[in-house]
Amino acid sequence: MALLQIEALTKSYGNEARALDQISFSIQAGEFVAIIGPSGAGKSTLLRCINRLVDLTSGDVRFAGVSVPTLRGGALRRQRTQIGMIFQHYNLVNRLSVLENVLHGRLGYKNMVQGVLGLYSETEKREAVRILESLGLGEQIYKRCDQLSGGQKQRVGIARALVQQPKMLLCDEPIASLDPNSAKIIMDTLQQINQKLDITVLVNLHQVDVALAYAQRIIGVNRGRVIFDGPPAELQQEQIQQIYGSESGELIFSLRERYAI
Amino acid sequence: MPSDPLKLRQIQSIAFFAILAALTYGSIVITKYDVVQGFTAIPRAFSWATTHFIPDEAAWRRLPRILEKLFETILMAVSSATTASALGLVVALLGATTTRPHPWFSLPARGIASIFRNIDVSAWALILLFSFGQSTYTGFFALFFVTFGFIVRVMVETIDEVGMASVEALRATGANYLTIISQSVIPACLPQLISWVLYMIETNIRSATLVGILTGTGIGFSFDLYYKSMNYSSASLVVLVIVVAVLIIEALSNVIRRAVL
Repeated sequence: MALLQIEALTKSYGNEARALDQISFSIQAGEFVAIIGPSGAGKSTLLRCINRLVDLTSGDVRFAGVSVPTLRGGALRRQRTQIGMIFQHYNLVNRLSVLENVLHGRLGYKNMVQGVLGLYSETEKREAVRILESLGLGEQIYKRCDQLSGGQKQRVGIARALVQQPKMLLCDEPIASLDPNSAKIIMDTLQQINQKLDITVLVNLHQVDVALAYAQRIIGVNRGRVIFDGPPAELQQEQIQQIYGSESGELIFSLRERYAI
Repeated sequence: MPSDPLKLRQIQSIAFFAILAALTYGSIVITKYDVVQGFTAIPRAFSWATTHFIPDEAAWRRLPRILEKLFETILMAVSSATTASALGLVVALLGATTTRPHPWFSLPARGIASIFRNIDVSAWALILLFSFGQSTYTGFFALFFVTFGFIVRVMVETIDEVGMASVEALRATGANYLTIISQSVIPACLPQLISWVLYMIETNIRSATLVGILTGTGIGFSFDLYYKSMNYSSASLVVLVIVVAVLIIEALSNVIRRAVL
């Protein structure tokens, strides 16, 4: 059975055109899937419908056999603990230390009192430190997050997602604000997490070249519709043009050439 | 009309100053204000102040009583600022787009704050005089209401500015509402909150003097009493003491601000 199954997912805001229109696909446990598409194609909304940060208008999302759209309160929060999320702008509390930010990943498992007071067990703290060390942030544990570089902040974001012990990671443009060097480190890290920890990764990207280099499968989205769904080898130039619009065809084509060689 | 935009601009500024001059002259004529006498009166006012508005020995003997009243005023300013800020923070959390439990909360929260803020502290003092008479409560609540309205307004903005990203991240981990507030919104907003509370304490000490004149309490009452009994030297000592107190508190809060920001 698929880990994530999306059926006829539709999201519209008010009377405007649909942000997501009849999206259907499923993802098996252990896959590394990239969603590509231009800005405003609905990639971010799609990701947020999976953990219900955004409510869908119609359709169904099933994660690990549970139908997400009808979940409320505690059941929804328990469902969210199984899905880690990584953001373009890292979404850390900049004034808190690296360790405190990583421990935030455990808050979904806490009851009201433990959560409000921020009470973490010894085991949870050791686990957070272990994950930080494995991501090369052993030196930064007690630093405030606003003292870190962009690449380091994103690794803190990944650590926060990993202490959740998730089945799946949703990554919303994780490298869009990073320099090429840091971007590579982050993408390599995600790949290792996928391969070594066997965590399913679903990542939004707008760079086709990165998707081609890392993903086992690519889903192309434009104007809220799935245009392409298949392995990178099957992605043709016409389809890239369809995803990104015809004007950008040439630029994309040259990138494709480079990676094809 | 000239087509040259620079020429047009020149004409606009000439017209502006012409209108300004006309308005000024018109006001002088209507109010029958004698400009020459007005300006020549300034040196005379100063010479009167330097001869009469100087603390003499009798005034210095009243210093302990004045300081006692000053202490009462400072306590009122600090207690009204802190209690109003605590309540204001709660209402701001209900009103801010990022943290409101439901969109319906926003308008009432902001509306109430707006009413409390836009009625001047002296008007509040006079209104409350009917309920509480000439007592410390009147002054306390007048300062409390204005501080409350102000804190709600600035904190709503602060919460939406600094809180949005980390709130989203913590929702994604499955954390509940109060946990998100205490672990991410409060830590992120704390420096600004402290800074605004300090600002309100400074403002309230200044306002407390005026409120005291109106409600017959604290240092304002001392000033009013001495002034009306034409004991100008004692009244001047009161003013001096207030100025020194405000300067000390401003310096103190600057030290605290530097430490927390």
